[in-house]
Amino acid sequence: MSIEKLEEGEIQFEMTDPRKAYGETLVALGKRNKHIVVLDADLSSSTRTSKFANEFPERFFNMGIAEQNMMATAGGLATTGKIVFASSFAMFATGRVYDQIRQSIAYPELNVKIVATHGGITVGGDGASHQMLEDIALMRVLPNMKVIVPADAAETASAIKVAAETAGPFYIRLGRTKAPRVFPEKHQFELGKAPVLREGDDVTIVAIGLLVSKALNAAKSLEKEGIQARVLNMSSLKPFDKEALLKAAKETNGIVTAEEHSRIGGLGSLVASFLSERHPTLVKLVAIPDVFGQSGEYNELLNLYGLTTTNIVSKCKEILKK
Amino acid sequence: MSEDYLLNREIKIKELESIALQIRKDIVKMIYLAGSGHPGGSLSAVEIYVALYFKIMRHDPENPKWVDRDRFVASKGHSAPALYAVLARSGYFSLDELWKLRKTGEMLQGHPCMKKVPGVDMSTGSLGQGLSAACGIAMGLKLDRKSSYVYALLGDGEMQSGNIWEAAAAASHYKLDNLIAILDRNHLQIDGSTERVMSIEPIAFRWKSFGWHTLEIDGHNFQEILDAVEKAKSIKGKPTVIIAHTVKGKGVSFMEGSLSFHGKAPTKEQYEQAIYELEHRRIGGRGDEY
Repeated sequence: MSIEKLEEGEIQFEMTDPRKAYGETLVALGKRNKHIVVLDADLSSSTRTSKFANEFPERFFNMGIAEQNMMATAGGLATTGKIVFASSFAMFATGRVYDQIRQSIAYPELNVKIVATHGGITVGGDGASHQMLEDIALMRVLPNMKVIVPADAAETASAIKVAAETAGPFYIRLGRTKAPRVFPEKHQFELGKAPVLREGDDVTIVAIGLLVSKALNAAKSLEKEGIQARVLNMSSLKPFDKEALLKAAKETNGIVTAEEHSRIGGLGSLVASFLSERHPTLVKLVAIPDVFGQSGEYNELLNLYGLTTTNIVSKCKEILKK
Repeated sequence: MSEDYLLNREIKIKELESIALQIRKDIVKMIYLAGSGHPGGSLSAVEIYVALYFKIMRHDPENPKWVDRDRFVASKGHSAPALYAVLARSGYFSLDELWKLRKTGEMLQGHPCMKKVPGVDMSTGSLGQGLSAACGIAMGLKLDRKSSYVYALLGDGEMQSGNIWEAAAAASHYKLDNLIAILDRNHLQIDGSTERVMSIEPIAFRWKSFGWHTLEIDGHNFQEILDAVEKAKSIKGKPTVIIAHTVKGKGVSFMEGSLSFHGKAPTKEQYEQAIYELEHRRIGGRGDEY
């Protein structure tokens, strides 16, 4: 597992394991509720649904490398009152099965929680075929679908519980790598809320997933130059916290978004389109350009596509220069 | 709700045939008034729908979400007019709804929507997915130790979809003997005969090789449908598919075996002729006497 390489003066975050948190939370939920059923498509050891499989073999179904069937089956199971978790890599849990999710889960608004791991560029060596950079766009556009990108293990555990307790379809995106801790162990995820991780009135950084820790580092770096950056964690992408965004737009000079996703259809698109209607504000995106990924080392790929603390800092400064 | 609640348990074949005739008239009228829809694949499945909803399935129109009911999934969602007609004639909703099919703001969508229509157990319309959904329902019923069955109506065109065979493999792997699929083998899809577009034969062999118990019947013959379902229920440890040989557009002379009536509404003249033909139909013969 790659460990975050620090840039000059960066905060040393403790590393957490969101996938492990998912696996453990599923088991805890399974103990409390016999209606929790889990499906996987031959990746249970990677997605960590294998923990649930070991604990509750009768409520775990390995559907094999047949994700289309897995998603429509999940819809059918949900009609019988089950709370269904369906997991695979983000690539195969969204792009490959968009129609099954649309027709058999989102349209009938069934109680299916799609929890994907290996989202984003930091999949690394496997290359473009496995680096899902479009999943947020695909899931966000579906009516009835709720979309969450947790930042660390604590937020993952809490978001999984919230999803299980909230009726209807969810898409929860996790990465492959460990994630820097930004929340305390007992953090409570709230649907539709963007917690302010750092106050500031000059500029706002809105980030998701791995980029949240980089946003905090960017804010720290900017502080040395007398710039106060507000940092929002927008893990709840749908529904999203309109009030927090409007407040940031009104109280600061502009917004930098940071995400491990295509600049088309993700966090940046969401923030820019919402604010252009409600409170026109300069929005700058730190995101993957409109290209497919490639094989490479985790940190090198982040640098290559500009998903860095340095890039967030320079976008903030661009806003303040205007 | 009594445990042995069965809609029209004692219903006779002749009565089923009489209902089927009424359902055919409903379908033609619905699609004529809607101005679009799929008469061919709705008419081919009428006996299957009528047998299921008026004889075979355990269900309660007064309590559409009854947890002990049998379930039905129209994997060939374009047969929605037939589904809606049997639901309305069973008492799930008013017949008036039928004449508002596909109209803006009305309940009955072009393809089945479980959120809007009482009695629809699963939303369908994108071919290939319904069997997967039926598998999921069957798995859920087994987890809850329910004795209910799941019936999935499949189109023969969708046998070309990979999703169907993913589901076929899973149903067999998980020994879903509470799942009964009925294949409406009417031989036609939009672009022509299934064998010319993308051959699906030998279809019975394909199902057998996926581990399914396989039966073949005349899909317009009520006795054969009822016998096949009884047989399917007696098969343990594997799912059953009933390959029902049917005629696309069955019951209306100019729609029978007609490609153009796969997804086209009749004109006023065609509608009147179809109703005339159906009203002068002799009741009580075998399907092949139509």
